[in-house]
Parts: sequence; C-alpha cells; structure tokens
Amino acid sequence: MHRAVLTDDKKRAAYRALQDRILNGEGRASPEQRARAFGNAGLSPPLDGLLGKVATRPTQVTDADFAAARAAGFSEDELFELVICAAVGQSARLYDAGLAALASAAADQEDG
Amino acid sequence: MRLDVLNRGYGPGTTLLFALIRLLSRHPVPDAARLVFYRPDFYGSRAKQFTHEAMRGPSAWSVGDRELMAAYVSQANECAFCIGAHSATARRAYRDGPKVAAVLTDLESAPVEDGLRATLRMLGKLTREGKVDADDMRQVLSAGVSRQQVEDALAVCAAFNTTNRLADAFGFEVTSPDGFEAGATYLLKRGYR
Repeated sequence: MHRAVLTDDKKRAAYRALQDRILNGEGRASPEQRARAFGNAGLSPPLDGLLGKVATRPTQVTDADFAAARAAGFSEDELFELVICAAVGQSARLYDAGLAALASAAADQEDG
Repeated sequence: MRLDVLNRGYGPGTTLLFALIRLLSRHPVPDAARLVFYRPDFYGSRAKQFTHEAMRGPSAWSVGDRELMAAYVSQANECAFCIGAHSATARRAYRDGPKVAAVLTDLESAPVEDGLRATLRMLGKLTREGKVDADDMRQVLSAGVSRQQVEDALAVCAAFNTTNRLADAFGFEVTSPDGFEAGATYLLKRGYR
C-alpha cells in the first residue's frame, strides 16, 4: 500500500480521529447507517437523495430534501450526524486519492 | 440553518456565550462557529483540531497561502459562505487584496509563485473531478513543491471539502462583508481551535 509508506503526520492523525469518532463513537444514527452515509453507498430513499447531494453536489441541497428525510422518520440529530458522515466521507475519498497519486509520483521519482 | 437544532439546540452556557460574542463583536456568531458548538463531542471538537492543524500547524506554506487554498477549494465547490470567509482571511494574512482577487479570477495569470500556482491547480482539479493522477502530482513536484508541502495542501483540501459541504447542506447564512472581515481578524488571531 502506498499510504503505509508515508510517515503518519499530525494532520492525518487528527483527520483519522475525526473519522473514527463519527463512524464508531456513540451516536443517534446506527453505526451501519453512518457507514452507508460516509460511503455514499447502499442508502435508500429519501436519504439517498439528501446524502448523495451532500457528497457530490452540495449546492443543490434544498429544504425539501430535509423535509423528505424528516417525513420518513429521521430525527434532527440523526440527520445532523448523517450529513456530517456524508461530507467527511467524500472529503476522505479526495484526501486518499490525492495521497495515493502523490505516493505513486514520488515512488517513480525514487525509482528513476 | 436547515436543522432546527443548529439554530436553537444549544444549552444555556453556549446560548449565553453566543449572546456575549454578539455583544462584543457587534456581529452575530457565524453559522460555521455555531455548527462546531452543537454536540461538539460528535463533530466539533475533532473537526476544530484537524482544521487548526491543517491551517495553523507547522508547514512550509504560510498562513496566507493556506487561507488562499481554502478560498480556492471553496470556489471550486461554489460555496459562497466559505469563499467570503477565506478570501477575507487570505487578504488580511497577505495584506494583499489584489493578489487574492487575481487568483480567484484567473489562476494562470495571477501574480503568485509557480509552486503555489501548480498546487492550487491540482487542488482545484481534485475538488472538481474527484481524482488526480501521478502526472498531476509530478507537475506540482517539478514546480519546486516538496512532498510534505503537497501533503499539507491535501490536508487543507480535505478540511474545506468537508466544511464546504456542511455549509451548503445545512444552509450557512452568508454574512455581511463586515462580518467576514471580523471573522477573518478572529481566525488570524485565534485560529480554528
């Protein structure tokens, strides 16, 4: 794994602590639901609409997306947690993609 | 904000603190700050630690450079609140408004060093397209940017890709230019902790 080669700096350690807390710590939404929000995968309507937008087109989130999720029985605290999981999940994928591309470019430099 | 708990779900101590901040700063507490005060054990405490480390922790990038990266990523995400907040903070950190405006208008012709330009270009692509490859990174490294600096820039990018999404999903209110200036002064004095 490329990532294992990199020294583990304080910034990444702080990010992992945040990720670990929202996924595995105490919460109102179940850990399974938080994991699905984080991964933007396996969500059913109407949550998939709201959380899919949070991940990939957040400027398009509307009041109606929240209203639909509330009408399906999700509490404000569950939605607070799930929106956070979706936002952190997408940014984690970007972070990992950047670090992997960097590791691969740096490995080529060392080989060459 | 779109969740009522983020407007009204705070305990008496926090509510008093918000009133005090409003009184002393003569500006309402920005929604970005209110968010991290709601159930801080779930998100706020660790989010603040990570963001502070990325934006103010040890790095070869200056505070101004990192605030500019935050503004640039926010622009790639079209997040009005965060563009306002972090372009104001970058202007103050650099004491150079025209430079910040030039980067946000046209990165390629802006008066910044090639290493910073290449880094911003890569962060913009990663944010917009969701991916970058080794070639993108080679271009940044060959512009004189160290591997550690790229890692530091990716941490800023991760922090603001999170915050931009929360700002737009929860519906942060875009404050007045005065409010953004007051926020920028605070962020340069105290950071994100």
